[in-house]
Amino acid sequence: MRAIFALLTAVVLSLGLSLSASATPVDTYEFKSMEHQKRALDLAHSLRCPQCQNQNLIDSNSPVAQDLRLEVYEMVDAGKGDQEIIEFMTSRYGDFVLYKPRWEGKTLALWLGPLGLLMFGLVIGFFFIRKQRVSQVEVQEISAEEQKELDKLLKRDS
Amino acid sequence: MGIFLYKGLFLNPEKLDSALEGKPIPAFQLERLEDSGEIITNESLKGQVALLNVWATWCPSCKYEHPYLMRFARQKLVPIYGINYRDERRLAIRELQREGDPYTKNIFDHDGRLGLDLGVYGAPESYLVDHNGIIRFRYAGPIDMRVWNDTLYPMIQELQAEARAEGAS
Amino acid sequence: MIPELGHFSLIIGLAFAFLLATVPLIGVARKDQYLVRYAWPLSYGMFFFIFLSVVVLGYSFAVDDFSVAYVAHHSNSQLPIFFKIAAVWGGHEGSLLFWVFSLSVWAAAVAYFSKGLEEVFTARVLAVLAMITIGFTLFMILTSSPFERLFPIPMEGRDLNPMLQDVGLIFHPPMLYLGYVGFAVSFAFAIAALMGGRLDSAWARWSRPWTLAAWVFLTGGISLGSWWAYYELGWGGWWFWDPVENASFMPWLIGTALLHSVIVTEKRAAFRNWTVLLSIFAFSLSLLGTFIVRSGVLTSVHSFAADPSRGMFILLLLGLAIGGSLTLFAFRASEMKSPARFELMSRETMLLVCNILLTVACGTVLLGTLYPLLIDALNMGKISVGPPYFNAVFVPIVLVLFMFMGVGPNIRWKRAKPGELKTKLLVPAAIATVVGVAAPFLADGKFNVWVMFGIGTATWVTLATLRAGYGILQGKDGSVSLARLGRSEMGMLIAHIGIAVSIVGATMVSNYSIERSVRMGPGIQQELAGYNFNYLETKNVVGPNYTAQQGQIEVTRDGEFVTLLRPDRRQYNVRTMDMTEAGIDWGLFRDLYITMGDPISSTEYAVRLNYKPFVRWIWFGSIFMMVGGFFAASDKRYRRAKATADAKSDDKKADLATA
Repeated sequence: MRAIFALLTAVVLSLGLSLSASATPVDTYEFKSMEHQKRALDLAHSLRCPQCQNQNLIDSNSPVAQDLRLEVYEMVDAGKGDQEIIEFMTSRYGDFVLYKPRWEGKTLALWLGPLGLLMFGLVIGFFFIRKQRVSQVEVQEISAEEQKELDKLLKRDS
Repeated sequence: MGIFLYKGLFLNPEKLDSALEGKPIPAFQLERLEDSGEIITNESLKGQVALLNVWATWCPSCKYEHPYLMRFARQKLVPIYGINYRDERRLAIRELQREGDPYTKNIFDHDGRLGLDLGVYGAPESYLVDHNGIIRFRYAGPIDMRVWNDTLYPMIQELQAEARAEGAS
Repeated sequence: MIPELGHFSLIIGLAFAFLLATVPLIGVARKDQYLVRYAWPLSYGMFFFIFLSVVVLGYSFAVDDFSVAYVAHHSNSQLPIFFKIAAVWGGHEGSLLFWVFSLSVWAAAVAYFSKGLEEVFTARVLAVLAMITIGFTLFMILTSSPFERLFPIPMEGRDLNPMLQDVGLIFHPPMLYLGYVGFAVSFAFAIAALMGGRLDSAWARWSRPWTLAAWVFLTGGISLGSWWAYYELGWGGWWFWDPVENASFMPWLIGTALLHSVIVTEKRAAFRNWTVLLSIFAFSLSLLGTFIVRSGVLTSVHSFAADPSRGMFILLLLGLAIGGSLTLFAFRASEMKSPARFELMSRETMLLVCNILLTVACGTVLLGTLYPLLIDALNMGKISVGPPYFNAVFVPIVLVLFMFMGVGPNIRWKRAKPGELKTKLLVPAAIATVVGVAAPFLADGKFNVWVMFGIGTATWVTLATLRAGYGILQGKDGSVSLARLGRSEMGMLIAHIGIAVSIVGATMVSNYSIERSVRMGPGIQQELAGYNFNYLETKNVVGPNYTAQQGQIEVTRDGEFVTLLRPDRRQYNVRTMDMTEAGIDWGLFRDLYITMGDPISSTEYAVRLNYKPFVRWIWFGSIFMMVGGFFAASDKRYRRAKATADAKSDDKKADLATA
């Protein structure tokens, strides 16, 4: 299967862009209330279509996305909570469908990484600035020697 | 970082793991494709190792897979249950009459509800179910000789051995 | 015969690159000026032959030579000539050719415009550029030649992907490539400086206009892509945090940091190692971007050809570029200590903080983009990292960045004058706070923390930038004169205000868009955001290579005619592919955006109506940024003739400022 599947994908993909992104889906689902609509759309925007390339349930027009989208709408209208709906999706399609990864062991680095990077950057910056402060070193501008060299270089530019 | 980018080249980002492996078949109650009077439920699948195959007449890869399924069915190694997914009954029956019917029974999943519960994201997909009705393996994509020999059949034998061991004890 | 000419010409170009990468460097080693000077003709020759092969490919497209596989796969005799030419870079092989071509354009430009620079230095820069050219030309010739023939010759081509048949997409890739590849020039300057063992103000000054030019192109490429996605994909979204988008955004973030760091290096001879590192990173991220896009390791809406051997080759180039340059850096960087001193409250610090934040923001995007791959490679399952993650971590970082962005241009180099900052910025800060808090209430009467921060920071950046501009215009004696405003200061002011404009657009459209999906057919009216939409009829339209059903929707407001929108659904004949083309009425403060969905009955269609406030501002902002970058790059200090005189007066100015 892998072979034919790979072949098919190769054929499709070698055409450049994939076909999955072509026509835009529009559904005319009538929500019970505006509130439900907003919640359902937000939710469907944050769930990934399991079949297609990188698209959420709203943007994809693949049949699976269509089904799941409708499922989300109906569950919202039936008064189900976000958590319940997310549970419903992941129990069938796995964590893959969550655009917002769960907070768990394997995503710790993902969620804490930015904070770590920021801390790291600020600490480095802090020490760098401390080292550079004028008040701690009496000297000066560019050293005379370097200034001379710089002038020489700039002169040569012309 | 280079190492895992390199490793990434050989991964297939489109192939998903099934969230249902290790879980029982979702509860369902659906008509049989060939006979709307006969109701098949998840209970009917228990008791033996079985292969569930999600297919449809609109699915081109299913046509590729079909002759292989015919061949495996003739060998009678494992019962194959079809799940006719989001399809027209008339078309599906005609297709089976014309091309041959590898399925022990066909579950008619017209509105795709069972497919949804199984986490199907595109036909064909196949599920190996053990004698307790637990899904043990999911294969997404068409089955051919290589997949059967390398992956499915060894697993089927294993599961059948398990079933025999439990049955004996 | 003609396509072989193109292939042949590419090989000659490669030969030129080989010579360019070696001869001048040998000349430098032997102190043989004669050899060093070969760098110029070799650069022009490399450019000429690569250009020739692009022309040949374009010609093959123009005459429908379907014996060339690449042409057969990406064109069709029915395709308008405009798109035939654009198809040159519409697929993998062609876009690689274009990549290499951009590189040779940059090399030729450096050769031409840098005559005033030190010869040895420029020769080194050109040699480094040639090395990169070698890598990618080899890649193309070995794994993906655009001139491969097809046998038997097909009667008709498979047509260009309909999604690419669009003006936005004709210019998006070339600009993006010019930007990506432009960072190769900054990279080459940094490497040449490391080779020479001299990282000084002069190097920073030489490198700055090139970095600016690359940044302008990249900004343009990214915005065009986002604009294209907005009107062509029919979802009305403008940024999806898709891996391919992130791939272009990361070099942009680092490039922006580099732009600012290079200023400090030029003016204050500080942050030298940091500037070198950023130059290396900006280019490495461009390569990483190329890797992500070309190898298919990550699933993206943009999925291009996926082929491990291609990915492997780019990975190899990436490894060589990063490994080689960092090794060189490790050997050379430590030799140089930074002589400039500055206080905690100084422009240096502000620029440093902005650099750190930009780098952290880039690191965050990198982390989120590659994390699913990491988890998968470790066999820990499949996860997705999408917009909710990026919005949650990226937005707070840049909000902090915007706060510092207002301070930077207003603070002095080296050491702030006590109290000065307060007198300058207290009023802007107060106004920004008030506007920020009031904005969400004015918009829809409800408090919204994101709108508050978004509009607040946009106001803050605008006012603080204007204040800085006033400060530049104002002389010591208090008089105000436009003559004091140099092009690079003006560029800075324009670009910073551009950022503010984009922030407003992004904030408003993310928080106040209205969307409705409705059933529409002749005679049916719908309402959205005070506009009345009246569906008149469906017309059948025949295009050059498609047919379409086009809805005619009249939009009125308070009974007055606003516009007639014509969204359509197209069926492309050759690829049998359905596409939707949105009907958009654009305005300064809002877009009305309509897409046609599937037919519901014989006359009725599902139609999506969108109201998008301030969406254009996102791209207006980037136009500002590009114009600003252009001004800064064209500052007269960088022009050859007057370089010395101006440099001197500049140094004097700097001395005055720091005195």
